[in-house]
Amino acid sequence: MRTVADMRPGERGTVTGFSDQELSIKLLEMGVLPGTEVIMKIIAPFGDPVCIEVSGYNLSMRKNEASTISLL
Amino acid sequence: MPDSHKVKVALVGNPNAGKSSLFNYLTGLNQKIGNFPGVTVDKRTGQAQLPNGQVIDLLDLPGTYSIYPRSMDEQVVVDTLLNENAADYPDVVIVIVDASNLKRNLLLFTEVHDLGIPVILALNMMDVASQKGLDINATALSRVLEVPVVSINARTGAGLDRLKNALTIPLGPVTPPLYDVLALAPEAIEETKKQLELDHNYKAYQYLINSPTLPSLNGDGESIAKHIIQKHDLEVRVIQAHETLERYSMIDGILAKVLSRKPTQEQRQFSNKLDRVLTHKLWGYLIFFLVLFLMFQSIFAWAEPMMDFIDLTFSALSDFVGSVLPDGILNRLITEGILPGIGGIVVFIPQIAFLFAFIAILEESGYMARAVFLMDKIMRKFGLNGKSVVPLISGVACAIPAVMATRNIDNWKDRIVTIMVTPLMSCSARLPVYTILIALVVPSTSVLGFFSLQGVALMGMYLLGFIAALLSAYVMKLIMKMKERSFFLMELPIYRMPRWKNVGITIVEKVKTFVFEAGKVILAISIVLWVLASYGPGDALTNAEETVKKESTHLNLSEEEMNDRVASYKLEHSYAGYLGKVTEPVIAPLGYDWKIGIALITSFAAREVFVGTIATIYSVGSAGEDNTTIRQRLEKEKNPKTGGPMFTPAVAFSLLVFYAFAMQCMSTIAIVYRETKGWKWPAIQLIYMSALAYLSALAVYNLLS
Repeated sequence: MRTVADMRPGERGTVTGFSDQELSIKLLEMGVLPGTEVIMKIIAPFGDPVCIEVSGYNLSMRKNEASTISLL
Repeated sequence: MPDSHKVKVALVGNPNAGKSSLFNYLTGLNQKIGNFPGVTVDKRTGQAQLPNGQVIDLLDLPGTYSIYPRSMDEQVVVDTLLNENAADYPDVVIVIVDASNLKRNLLLFTEVHDLGIPVILALNMMDVASQKGLDINATALSRVLEVPVVSINARTGAGLDRLKNALTIPLGPVTPPLYDVLALAPEAIEETKKQLELDHNYKAYQYLINSPTLPSLNGDGESIAKHIIQKHDLEVRVIQAHETLERYSMIDGILAKVLSRKPTQEQRQFSNKLDRVLTHKLWGYLIFFLVLFLMFQSIFAWAEPMMDFIDLTFSALSDFVGSVLPDGILNRLITEGILPGIGGIVVFIPQIAFLFAFIAILEESGYMARAVFLMDKIMRKFGLNGKSVVPLISGVACAIPAVMATRNIDNWKDRIVTIMVTPLMSCSARLPVYTILIALVVPSTSVLGFFSLQGVALMGMYLLGFIAALLSAYVMKLIMKMKERSFFLMELPIYRMPRWKNVGITIVEKVKTFVFEAGKVILAISIVLWVLASYGPGDALTNAEETVKKESTHLNLSEEEMNDRVASYKLEHSYAGYLGKVTEPVIAPLGYDWKIGIALITSFAAREVFVGTIATIYSVGSAGEDNTTIRQRLEKEKNPKTGGPMFTPAVAFSLLVFYAFAMQCMSTIAIVYRETKGWKWPAIQLIYMSALAYLSALAVYNLLS
């Protein structure tokens, strides 16, 4: 399944769900909700962490965290 | 006397929502920093006057995204808002929200509101919102939420009068919760309410979902909550996720009524373009390095003239007081003990002010978050965390706030490693030691026309500390085996001009803390030291003059040389002299004598005491009539064995390295004990840092001499 970790800079996607329950609670609180559009903004040098735009702001996370957010 | 009738107002909000700015605007300099009971989280409190003359108590709670904590800082928020019996329990909460990011910010608002505390909603950053094409109808929002809504600008202070006015209006009855959690676990919540004698669904729910960490639960309540969770087979995380989703769908419904979007061009072009450069794989690191370099260059170049001025002023003052007061013990206590002691505190103020100005600007502008983002991958290689960058950079100011700043790292192992290596970062207390020793042995020529060689040497010392911190972290990563999840989720705020008022308040706050907290210790030690250096066991000191005269009659000394001999004889036979002599065998291989030994001992209390100690010892040890500056005294100090200057490059560099690595700070040991809740980590830290310092200093001295 495609996840946020697979996105290229500038790419858009829609969140469908999460594969990590503990982390998902934090992601939900931060406005990463199923059905929300995310845009990959920046991938840090060395490929990790990444920064996405979601719910109108920039949220950075590690690649392994990004890989728990599945996309449409 | 505390006034129990004063209204208590707490400020709550997301990180970066403008909470600190609002707090600073409301209280001005009328604020103080304390601790929350039982934890070491900074508690900022202050007072503000309302238009009707009423004075209120304000409490600034740590920034958080929800009332479900993921760090100790955030824990304080839920602890304060849930415990009605606590002294800090607010009468009113102001929830400050970033209007440009209303949806996410309203989550916290609805949670706080539903806890049943009267709330005022402060809409901040409306200007940013309208740049993004968002039009928010505050009146409609107030009607839907049934709470006062005030739009403010925490950057300019606009709208604060309206906010203060809102606080003067008597509180209406608390409105029903915006979202009733009862449906999520009806039987369990009812049972909790009954058993814990609560009448509030959301509070009862908190005991189920947020326990066992809540302090208002006694041991009994905790087991009751656990029992109910088991009995009803509650899946706490699933329920919590459900609650968040339900709240967001309710917020969507509210926003549909109050928020309209105008199509606009992407207004964050500037922030995005800046990010492309500042997080670039080449430019990003180059700029990060340049920022740090500029910071150290300016601390050295800008602070030095002021420090020289302070130094000269205090020696002139000692001179003046010495000539005005009648000769005697009091005269000497003031001119040799107290005045140099106070001078040794005041002289740090310019450097501390510059350093905190830089740190505040980096944080205010949003750059600090980019530094964390940029460094995470690299830091992880060394067993650290991108979030370790903030403690490590703050460690450049002082290890104590830096160790406390590690609380933002949720992973225990990352946090321990960061705590263990943070004191290796060169703190501002080492700065005077570095400054004076570098000025002594590094020529003040310039490189490439504009970098001072001394500035480069200073930066070298900071780099040395940083590299030592990274390598030690790497070793610890290999030794320590711990498996625990770490989260990195972090908002990258948009770039903004720093709010100079906030920068100014940070500077004043830190200088005040230093002068009154560290200053007390330094002054006390200076006086103790003067006593130790001026008195000794037996009557060796009272008979000093006779003894020396008897010993050196055959030498035909001038009066001045004789006085010098008497003075150093006295120091050698004082309590301090004996103490120094005890350490001499241990430190002789590093090139130090017993006088430096005294300074090393007193430096254990606080490193910055080094300069003051050396100044006291050498001023007691020389009988010269006029008071010279500290640097001149060091230059004049002779090595009795070689007859040359005591502070050769080998000795100076050996001392520099020793001070860079040694754990010479009682306050740091105390804070590490508090933060790790035991003596194990501070003990390990003391041992490994001392060993590192001794061996490195030994190597440097032997290589250079």
